Amino acid sequence: MFSPEVLSNLIIFVPTIFAFFLIFADTKATEFMRVWTLVGTAITFALSVALLGTYSPADGGIQQVVAKEWISSWNIYYRLGYDGISLTLVVLSGFVFLVSMLASWGIEKHVKGYLILFLILETGVMGVFFAIDLFLFYVFWEVMLLPMYFLIGIWGGPRREYAAIKFFLYTLFGGVLMLIAMLMYFFASAPHTGNGIGSFNLLDLAKWAAQGNVFSPGLQVAGFILLFIGFAIKVPTFPFHTWLPDAHVEAPTPISMILAGVLLKLGGYGIIRVAYPLCPYGAQYASYALVAIGVVSIIYGAFAALAQTDFKRMVAYSSVSHMGYVLVGIAVWKISEVTGAVDGSDYWLMGMSGAMFQMIAHGVSSPGMFFCVGVIYDRVHHRDLNQFGGLVGLMPKYSGMAAVIFFAGLGLPGLCGFIGEVFVVLSVWNYSKVLAIVSASGVILTAGYILWALQRVYLGPEYKGPHPEAITPMTSREQAIGWALIVPCFALGVYPNFVFDYTDKPMAKLVRSLNEGYQNTPKPHSEVQTTQK
Amino acid sequence: MNDIGPLVDQLVESTKTSVGLFAPELVLSGTIVVLLLCRILPLVWRVPAQWIALLGAFTAFAWTLCQFDQLATPGGTLEAKSFFTGLLMFDEFSTFFRMFLSLFLILTITLTVLTGIPDREDAPDFYTLLIGATIGLMIMASANHLLMLFLGVEMASVPSYAMVGFMKGRKQSSEAALKYVVYGAGAAGVMLYGISLLAGLTGTGSLPEMSERLAMIVEQGAGISDPTVRTVVFASMLVMVGLAFKLSVFPFHFWCPDAFEGAAAEVAGFLSVASKAGAFALLVRFGLAFSGHSKEVSSIAFALGIGLGVLGAVTATFGNLSAYGQSNMKRLLAYSTIAHAGYMLMAVSALMVMRFSKHAGAEADAASLSCIEGLMYYLFVYLFMNLGAFAIVALIRNQIFSEELDDYNGLGTQCPLLCFGMTLCIFSLIGLPPMGGFFAKFAIFYSVFKATSVHWVMWFVLGAGAINTVFSLFYYIRILKAMYIKPRPDGARKVNYDLMPVGAFVLMICLPVLGLGLFPSHFTETFKHVAKVLLTRS
Repeated sequence: MFSPEVLSNLIIFVPTIFAFFLIFADTKATEFMRVWTLVGTAITFALSVALLGTYSPADGGIQQVVAKEWISSWNIYYRLGYDGISLTLVVLSGFVFLVSMLASWGIEKHVKGYLILFLILETGVMGVFFAIDLFLFYVFWEVMLLPMYFLIGIWGGPRREYAAIKFFLYTLFGGVLMLIAMLMYFFASAPHTGNGIGSFNLLDLAKWAAQGNVFSPGLQVAGFILLFIGFAIKVPTFPFHTWLPDAHVEAPTPISMILAGVLLKLGGYGIIRVAYPLCPYGAQYASYALVAIGVVSIIYGAFAALAQTDFKRMVAYSSVSHMGYVLVGIAVWKISEVTGAVDGSDYWLMGMSGAMFQMIAHGVSSPGMFFCVGVIYDRVHHRDLNQFGGLVGLMPKYSGMAAVIFFAGLGLPGLCGFIGEVFVVLSVWNYSKVLAIVSASGVILTAGYILWALQRVYLGPEYKGPHPEAITPMTSREQAIGWALIVPCFALGVYPNFVFDYTDKPMAKLVRSLNEGYQNTPKPHSEVQTTQK
Repeated sequence: MNDIGPLVDQLVESTKTSVGLFAPELVLSGTIVVLLLCRILPLVWRVPAQWIALLGAFTAFAWTLCQFDQLATPGGTLEAKSFFTGLLMFDEFSTFFRMFLSLFLILTITLTVLTGIPDREDAPDFYTLLIGATIGLMIMASANHLLMLFLGVEMASVPSYAMVGFMKGRKQSSEAALKYVVYGAGAAGVMLYGISLLAGLTGTGSLPEMSERLAMIVEQGAGISDPTVRTVVFASMLVMVGLAFKLSVFPFHFWCPDAFEGAAAEVAGFLSVASKAGAFALLVRFGLAFSGHSKEVSSIAFALGIGLGVLGAVTATFGNLSAYGQSNMKRLLAYSTIAHAGYMLMAVSALMVMRFSKHAGAEADAASLSCIEGLMYYLFVYLFMNLGAFAIVALIRNQIFSEELDDYNGLGTQCPLLCFGMTLCIFSLIGLPPMGGFFAKFAIFYSVFKATSVHWVMWFVLGAGAINTVFSLFYYIRILKAMYIKPRPDGARKVNYDLMPVGAFVLMICLPVLGLGLFPSHFTETFKHVAKVLLTRS
């Protein structure tokens, strides 16, 4: 119907257009504005599915669809493109925004402002996934900050001011580091562009990085550290995760869903799309540290989740733990000490694919868990795990849905959480047996905190907390959201090729070109021995 | 007697052309005369003073715009040259700043019309001072001679002192003006001392000749231990002290928060933007006056550039950290302007470091080009974002009669348009995309980043700039927090304003902040051209 160029532009800007018209809506017409926004997010989701339909992963490369000069004296282009990796995440974002919009019906305060910010946030997110110009990527990346600050700060819980500023500060700090890395690459690429000005084109930069002789090892290591910290804050991995529990707990339910479902994925996506392709040498240099950080995140997040008494905080820490698998899967890049060639590149590819799948799976299950928390919080206005119990009897449908979604988070075979975790843990075995055992034990801890939470909230003889009279069955809107989240949990768990069909080839290509880049980069003396500590 | 004849002819001829080039300033001077006649001639008194001032400002702006257009188009009727026997310089760079300043004058006068400061009785005096200061700044921007440098700075300063103390009834205002005068006079004296030293050593006050003469002096000497060379360095530093005072650079910034707090927000907005623009134009010109082929002079200028970089880093850090504790909006914004002066100083520092490095070449030239381009872009965005912030403070003050941050609580729902404008300005001041402030900061960081390849101190400067962006978030966000997150206290004064003139004005100032971020291309091209001409000529 539309060309990919039009489609990708529409996916980014349809939300903004809908937001613009909201400005003229009457403040009191809340119902109309909600429906309007719902239509906007639904159209965006439909367009993203349509774009996925037109995509055929021919060779797995990034298909550039738009390249318009934006700031000529700086070689900055409005450059959009996509491959299977970004497209699956675009569809996920469209889905999560649609579902979160349905969950936003309960927002009563300043509805108009909320909806406008909500839509601008969607534009920022979609823009990041489509941008293949580093400058444009950064612009969209920061555009997300502004609405998010207000969405947490105005519509959040009691400590919302603190949580919002903390979120803002962490992300801005990461952004500044990214900016410096951007400048480094812009500067270093200047001799190769042909016109003496540097380049922000991610495709070109990745190509030069794969050639190996353009960016020096020192630059790649420094650039990788800066970029990685910037993205790790967003993922978030230990020790940059401390903003997350606060932001999640204070944010309203739909915003928590978006935060967990989409914004965290941006960190992983940034690592895959920017940090790794631009600095293959740096990434390999740091690989052991990265896997270790990932494993620590898994274990630390799980233990922290076990210790929580606040339902939402527990779910927030489960995100830290689950996103740890993503980092581990990406980072298991082993170089043979003897030959200097990559050791078990298939395992690494498996880890990468697992990480990608884990992102999608977590993008479905985590919003689901936050939604479940939101449903009960809306009724009884507390989240103390020790004051729940017996909800199965009172809200049977809700409890059933919650059980499925939490089991998906746990990683039960047949549900979406399983595939990613298994792929990642298997691939770590090749990398380091110790770390594999530690990360596998994370699965047990995960089962521990999720089962224990289910037991305390849903099982038990009766509900003993405050407001027992408010516990009513789910409304039809809530049921619709629940079903919408459960269906992909099953679908992805039973038939993971929904994702792998699109991501396999791009991932294989990425792994290949990263490896080339590492092999081609001239190494400082005796580097081959020291990279594997 | 015979040689006098041609000399007089030459002088007459040069004056004729010079007067044409100086016309925008003359128009403004004429406006001042009309304003002064206001009280005497009843006929003129009937015309509100602001319209006279606005007419003059518009004419000057249109004139400079034409001049700039003529200069920038190849084959235009005007060409760059010095005029008034070499005292002033007429080129793209100076004309851009004169245009910038007259545009800013228009916006400031419009703002004062909307806020009603000054009242009808005081209006002629106020606009006389405002226009007088602008003329001084325009002279600063085109100064080509040490004498004009001093005259420009003084002509810009003296009306500013009076404007700060313009709200005569307020004790605070008078105190602020007094502080400003004392600091200003001290700085001017120091600068004059530096100028006299430089002129005495070189035997000329003309900036283009300075480098050559300095080379003669310095090459005779035996390095830095030579007293003459030391005097040159010392004198240059003293001149920079005077400029640093106008820029409110650490440690010459102490007047700034007090003066801004005491002055009306409109005046503070004017001082914060206009005097920075004039002073930066002058600083760039003074810095480039060291250009030449002498290695010794270059190394002096290089060292000065490094010093400016450190000063810029310290200023930005100091401004941002001090702003954190402020509860008065004008004081907070005053510290924010100090911080921004620090960022812009980094660009000048990068310019001098690149220009005077030992490995000068095509690449260094391209780098110094982007420094000036970045600085001009920053100033241009700064015009809108800082004036916007001060204008909104003034407009809100007219409604709630307060400039305390705590009284801003919950304004977001009461005057959405003003708060929206403030939000745009603040995001731009922080340097977040897609606002213009982001691109400006990006351009400056890029210049500094390039300079890191020349000297390691620039890494420190770059790091300070990056960290300061995060620091600044703390206090800027407090304003947004007050406006949007805090509830409006019960019984607080209702805010209502006419949407039409005020809203249109706020949008007119604040939307360019966004526009400059989204479409910077056209402006960067122009600035690049200006910078190229400036660098090739010096």
